Amino acid sequence: MAAIEILGLQKTYSYGFWRKRHRVALHPFQLSIEAGEIFGYLGPNGAGKTTTLRLLMGIIFPTSGGARILGRDMQDPRVKAQIGFLPEHPYFYDYLSAAELLEYYAQLSGLPARDRKRRVEAMLQRVGLAEGGHLQLRKFSKGMLQRVGIAQAILHDPKVIFLDEPMSGLDPIGRREVRDLIQSLKEEGKTILFSTHILADAEDICDRVGVLHMGELRGVGSISELTAGTGGRVEVHWQGLSAMAAVAALGIECRPVGDTVRCVLPEKQLDAVLDSIRRSHAHLISVSPVRITLEDYFMQQLGPRPAVVESAP
Amino acid sequence: MITRISYIASNTFREAVRDRVLYNLIFFALLMAASSILVGQISIGIERQISINLGLTAISLFGLAIAIFIGIGLVSKEIEKRTLYTLLSRPVRRWEFIVGKFAGLSLTLLVNTALMAVGVFASLFYIAHRFTGADVYVLVAIYFIVLQFLIVTAVTLLFSSFSTPILSAVLALAMFVIGTFAEDLRAFAAMAQGVERYLALAAAYVLPNFASMNVITPVAHGEAIAGRLVALNTLYALLYVGAALAAAVVIFEHRDLK
Repeated sequence: MAAIEILGLQKTYSYGFWRKRHRVALHPFQLSIEAGEIFGYLGPNGAGKTTTLRLLMGIIFPTSGGARILGRDMQDPRVKAQIGFLPEHPYFYDYLSAAELLEYYAQLSGLPARDRKRRVEAMLQRVGLAEGGHLQLRKFSKGMLQRVGIAQAILHDPKVIFLDEPMSGLDPIGRREVRDLIQSLKEEGKTILFSTHILADAEDICDRVGVLHMGELRGVGSISELTAGTGGRVEVHWQGLSAMAAVAALGIECRPVGDTVRCVLPEKQLDAVLDSIRRSHAHLISVSPVRITLEDYFMQQLGPRPAVVESAP
Repeated sequence: MITRISYIASNTFREAVRDRVLYNLIFFALLMAASSILVGQISIGIERQISINLGLTAISLFGLAIAIFIGIGLVSKEIEKRTLYTLLSRPVRRWEFIVGKFAGLSLTLLVNTALMAVGVFASLFYIAHRFTGADVYVLVAIYFIVLQFLIVTAVTLLFSSFSTPILSAVLALAMFVIGTFAEDLRAFAAMAQGVERYLALAAAYVLPNFASMNVITPVAHGEAIAGRLVALNTLYALLYVGAALAAAVVIFEHRDLK
């Protein structure tokens, strides 16, 4: 069952004195995210990731299209009790302590009074803030605020969690902890949609990713699917430096590593290279297709497409 | 619904307290203490009149400043600092947020005014060494001041739901000044001709009438306040606050919060 279905969601901003000029922040797109999935929403800064999340949260309204979350329209108030949201660069009421803030959000989320204190303490513990829970948030570092943000997003045990750049502002240990936390949420059966422009974060934990650029969804799939394309290139690895000159003579760049050599070449030249290796009595170790990395795929998708700024109709 | 509004209201009140808004009470206490002592020495026979005038005017000005300068940030600060994002991703409706914010600031003003009222009555007791029957009307005057605060808060909230904080403050202040002279505006409308007459009449009816709620001078002179005026002012304030909040909600419900 799809936990999140985006159905032609689109956002255009009007600007200028007469509001006759338009900027398309998000082109209409369809996307379905299954229950229990970790979905990485990737794109460079300004791609439209935050716009999508704000639309889903009802912070801004779509120009057209809509979305369904857990089978209900995204604007249905009943949906809100079952979702959690961490905004980008979260900022909270700094006159409250972390425990007071979570208590306030627990009240608004409708958690029963008898469970609130226990739940707040458990969340502070879970994000590593058990010690600082009673400090005012104005004394918190950026990383600590990010942890508070994650705590408030999962406080009411939501089924679907939206995280906008959850690793932002965290040190390497913090990033690792958040990745582990997202994994553990998945193990609890939660559906997680998180946006990031840091590919390594997505590569480690996502079941599927979507690449967004200039407000347009340019590709969706599992990382293995997206990186499966070889681009028609293979890597040959052999032992014996004697074959290097013959292969280099074919115009292929070779990279010696100890007494072995590696080279990457177009598939059509493979037979010629293998012949050269055999003739030189070198020992072939492996021939393997070159998989593109997520970064390669990402960069391929960032080619220019439709103009972002459109004039008035 | 009511519980969510009360949570938002109590958090708004807590914010005001922790941001030291109630510190204005210290200045008020100093003002009342100094005036009680000084007035007794320089104005024999009219100490009570001066104390009431001074005390109620101070309550009005301090409260007005709080209503406008906290009111303009009630919505805009939440949008600007993005604290609203985590609020609206919960089962909180936008209108509940607006009403909760209004209730929270109203509670702040009510507590502030109640504490100041204690100061005014302490000053009156210091002067006369007893309370008189006319003191009840001082209480009525304070009640009218609270009604004005509620209207100013609701209208400031309305302005801040679509404009910048500075513009909201200017508009709210201008509205208060014009509303204070509402009777003069009506008198002008009665004398004016043509388009001017209709414009003045429209302004007189659309802008809040604070003139009928300002009874500081008659109360200071020991005059009674009619029960009918209390009932009409209460009804007027409720309707005005309801209309301003409804307009704020309509605007806010359709606004992109970015």
